[in-house]
Amino acid sequence: MMILLGVAVIVVGFAIRLNPLLVVVLAALTSGWFAGYSPLKVIAAFGKAFNDNRLVSTAYLVLPLVGVLERAGLKERAAKIIAGLPGVSVGRLLISYMAIRQVTAAAGLVSIAGQAQTIRPLIAPMAEAASEVRDGPQDLKRRYAIRAMAAATDNVAVFFSEDIFVAIGSVLLVVGFLTSSGIALDAIKISVWAIPTAFAAFAVHAARLLLFDRRLKGLAKP
Amino acid sequence: MIKLAFVYLVAGLMFAGFSLLSALDRGNSKRFGNAAFWGLTAVSFLAGDKLGDLGNGIVVLGLALLAAQGLLDLGQPATTSAGERIELSERFGNRLFAPALMLPIVVALGVLVLKPAQIAGVPLMDPKQATLVSLALAVIVGLTSALVLLRQPLISPLQEGRRLADTIGWAMLLPQFLAALGVVFALAGVGKEIGLLVTTYLPVDTRFAAVAVYCVGMAGFTMLMGNAFAAFPVLTGGVALPILIHHFGGNPAVIASIGMLSGFCGTLMTPLAANFNLVPPALLEIPDRYAVIKAQVPTALIMLIVNTVLMYVLAFRH
Repeated sequence: MMILLGVAVIVVGFAIRLNPLLVVVLAALTSGWFAGYSPLKVIAAFGKAFNDNRLVSTAYLVLPLVGVLERAGLKERAAKIIAGLPGVSVGRLLISYMAIRQVTAAAGLVSIAGQAQTIRPLIAPMAEAASEVRDGPQDLKRRYAIRAMAAATDNVAVFFSEDIFVAIGSVLLVVGFLTSSGIALDAIKISVWAIPTAFAAFAVHAARLLLFDRRLKGLAKP
Repeated sequence: MIKLAFVYLVAGLMFAGFSLLSALDRGNSKRFGNAAFWGLTAVSFLAGDKLGDLGNGIVVLGLALLAAQGLLDLGQPATTSAGERIELSERFGNRLFAPALMLPIVVALGVLVLKPAQIAGVPLMDPKQATLVSLALAVIVGLTSALVLLRQPLISPLQEGRRLADTIGWAMLLPQFLAALGVVFALAGVGKEIGLLVTTYLPVDTRFAAVAVYCVGMAGFTMLMGNAFAAFPVLTGGVALPILIHHFGGNPAVIASIGMLSGFCGTLMTPLAANFNLVPPALLEIPDRYAVIKAQVPTALIMLIVNTVLMYVLAFRH
């Protein structure tokens, strides 16, 4: 039972907004301690796991490219194109993005887009421009809400579509686990049963995006 | 053969560049804090395999202490002003999109064409890491085309990359910290302990209750562990296999597939999934750390209900 105190450290540490890097290390030390490992052993185990998981941070390789394009005016250009489209709105823009993202993710192309390479330099400025056209000048509160929704849309689209692709980590994990539990299955069966959820996610989030358009309109009125 | 080591080398050199330029940045009063933070990250990428476990642990402690002491601030690299950017965007027009499009095109080419390619019987790239290797190649191609096509200064990739890295700050490394925490939790047996609690104290005597416990349990457990992959074996082994599949005779493919997707509903709601939920607000310069989670919660909760119903309806049609 005491091992679970590590989880409690995380929950409390995040809630009182201590620095999360420190909270994570303290949580590891706590659970490790009650599992009978010395702090030095935990630090070493953590160091090894940190080193083994460096690939998690390799996605930041796109930052120099994104930065250079921003320096040359990419955000401004993206916003201008959107401002010139008739009938555009934040909701419609994000629904189109979600559709493309879901289809490509289902085809295994998860890393062709993402928060750093697409949302920050392209989709978020486009969405802000769309709202400016429809709802008038932007205050910061509205900009923040639009950016958060753009980021959320990318996550929702990827999470509920990537499993349709057979060779993705989560599908292989499922197949591996079932096989070792004596249930032999082809990965394609796991992928097929991810399809209903993908359609449902599109419907649910698209409906929310249309409501979001209305909310933005409401916020625009003085 | 191009392997992951190549990607780490490129990343390590990038962070070393951030560190050096941070140290020279007189506009940032905490420049040595930034230099140390990105420097330690570079050390991890360039020499992590030679440091030993404890050595890596000390790097981790250094990073955490620098962040916790608030020793990082925004660097002030020379960049273009808002006015200049509007001017540049008029001048370059749609040419600006060409380097941006290189990224998806080269990644797609890499995964679909280069991955199976061989030179004299040796695969061109490590097939297991094809996506990351392709991403690194795509960035190099994209940057080259951006520098040539848009005539940007040679130092600008490092300066602009540093600008964005400082914007995200210590949150950049949080996903990797949490991945490591997951390993330590597994070592300590945290997952098993929670799984035991769930299966001991929750009602699983009717078919619908069992489905609901599994789906909601997957989401909740994922929120606590930050990762559906950690939750899946525990809850599937504890609830889905013995009760839903063996006792009630449910279809294992439906149950396992939708079970994992229920876990993803939890991923959308937890700060522990930092790369999806906490890095984006930093990247988009939203002051509320939890803004993206708040935007996701309604979709996640509705999808959790949808998944529960889908599993109940689809898994038991015989």
